Amino acid sequence: MHKTQDNRAWFLILPVVLLVAFSAVIPLMTVVNYSVQDIFGPGQRYLIGLEWFRETLRDPEVHRAFLRQIAFSGIVLAIEIPLGVLVALALPRAGWKSSLAIVVLALPLLIPFNVVGTIWQLYARPEIGFFGRVINDLGIGFNYTADPVSAWVTIVAMDVWHWTPLVALLAFAGLRSIPDAYYQAARIDGASRVAIFRYIELPKMRSVLTIAVLLRFMDSFMIYAEPFVVTGGGPGSSTTFLSIRLVNMAVGQFDLGPAAAFSLIYFLVILLVSYVFYTILQRISAQ
Amino acid sequence: MTMTTHTSAPPQTGMAALLKGTVLNSRAAGPVLLGLYLCFQMLPIYWLVRMSLMQPGDIMSSSSFLPKAPSFDNYKTIFTDPAWYMSYVNSLSYVILNVIITLSVALPAAYAFSRYKFIGDKHVFFWLFTNRMAPPAVFLLPFFQLYSAVGLFDTPLAVALAHCLFNVPLAVWILEGFMSGVPREIDETAYLDGYSFPRFFLTVFLPLVRAGIGVTAFFCFMFSWVELLLAKTLTSVEAKPIVVAMTRTVSASGLDWGLLAAAGVLTILPGAAVIYFVRNYIAKGFALGRV
Repeated sequence: MHKTQDNRAWFLILPVVLLVAFSAVIPLMTVVNYSVQDIFGPGQRYLIGLEWFRETLRDPEVHRAFLRQIAFSGIVLAIEIPLGVLVALALPRAGWKSSLAIVVLALPLLIPFNVVGTIWQLYARPEIGFFGRVINDLGIGFNYTADPVSAWVTIVAMDVWHWTPLVALLAFAGLRSIPDAYYQAARIDGASRVAIFRYIELPKMRSVLTIAVLLRFMDSFMIYAEPFVVTGGGPGSSTTFLSIRLVNMAVGQFDLGPAAAFSLIYFLVILLVSYVFYTILQRISAQ
Repeated sequence: MTMTTHTSAPPQTGMAALLKGTVLNSRAAGPVLLGLYLCFQMLPIYWLVRMSLMQPGDIMSSSSFLPKAPSFDNYKTIFTDPAWYMSYVNSLSYVILNVIITLSVALPAAYAFSRYKFIGDKHVFFWLFTNRMAPPAVFLLPFFQLYSAVGLFDTPLAVALAHCLFNVPLAVWILEGFMSGVPREIDETAYLDGYSFPRFFLTVFLPLVRAGIGVTAFFCFMFSWVELLLAKTLTSVEAKPIVVAMTRTVSASGLDWGLLAAAGVLTILPGAAVIYFVRNYIAKGFALGRV
């Protein structure tokens, strides 16, 4: 759409800028402040430069949490994106069946994060949960409170259950925007189902799928409440992801300086990766 | 490909007629697999509902698929104990406050982004979006300090403002998508007819994007309703939300799975109620108004 140049538009975005400045910029400055100081108590603060950053970058616990986080985000993206696309392809395009399926799909998205954790905590317990009991009945020892592999299976299954619907709804929105004429043309040309997917549906889903990857990357990278409720980061520290580690540092041990330095590095990593996706997205919508 | 969804049949000539059998099979496979998938989606929720109808002793001993000796006792406990039901009221009050604040600042901003070029527009847009990327864990301590300093700690307003962190960027993004779908000629015609900007915006433009406003309100409601970490940090007793009441009950009285499940079921209901009204727009909303 053609836009007119008018700097008075700033008046319209002023309320947003002020609100976000209050709720984001001031707190972020506080974090920066903490990250370069050693704080012993009120009035006892020493400027120590980048020492906390160096310490955080060398901390083996942080390294392990970071690798775990990458593995987790990688696994859930690799499952959720293709599965979501398949579900979207199978969804009826219109009618009450379509509405019903959408309502069922969207339901997990409206459940508070910690309740999602509670649901899976109950559902995956070997003695009282359906999921845990069925797996144990198959002869596989499954107990997410004692066995790291079971804990990972539970957390990944929970995330797939929770967020695949988001990918499916996004992909579905993309599919629904394809005019019927495209399909008719493909039918006349005798295009196979695979060819229709490859040359008509996939290109149309490109921008929504980029949004899906962007949102799923960001949110899986910040995941906190769901695994915290189910495993508390255990057994051992096998499911301690970055946010759980950060909250432990900040609230549990009250290490303000290191926690702040860790926060900033964490935020920067998400920012960098998201910026790449965002640029791709802008390029797609510009076409 | 098994996921065939088209309802009109292709012309069956030559090879197509030979393949008729397999085509019919694959056409049936799509809906069947989808149905199975939707059952898997519902199963964990069913399990929660099942447990919410049972007593602690039955939960530990019964392994049947249907609830044993179902009763609404757990729900009765919640509806008669103010500590429980007031926490729902607290949650709803900050969620509603958040939707009002978010919409009132995001609507003009989204209009500006969709209609005008101005100095720094792209940078401000991305800067807003970076707040959606910030892990809430990063803001834990500074938020606690900030809202204590301004005397808002343990009020619904504190949580509502804190949730603006991720809801405002999202709202601006979704609304901008919907507003860009309204042709500019409408604005120009209204100005020619002598409408002032506020009058045009409130009486002409907003009714045109009401679907977008509904979807945005729904998303703000949803993301504020599901968030735990900030809500937990910014409240203690007075404004304690349901998500926090649930985590504290667990640690205080051992594990009463039935009560916990009932509280969980009650947190799903508001979402389930509103979802029905936006079902036709929800897919578009998830695509941030961009399809």
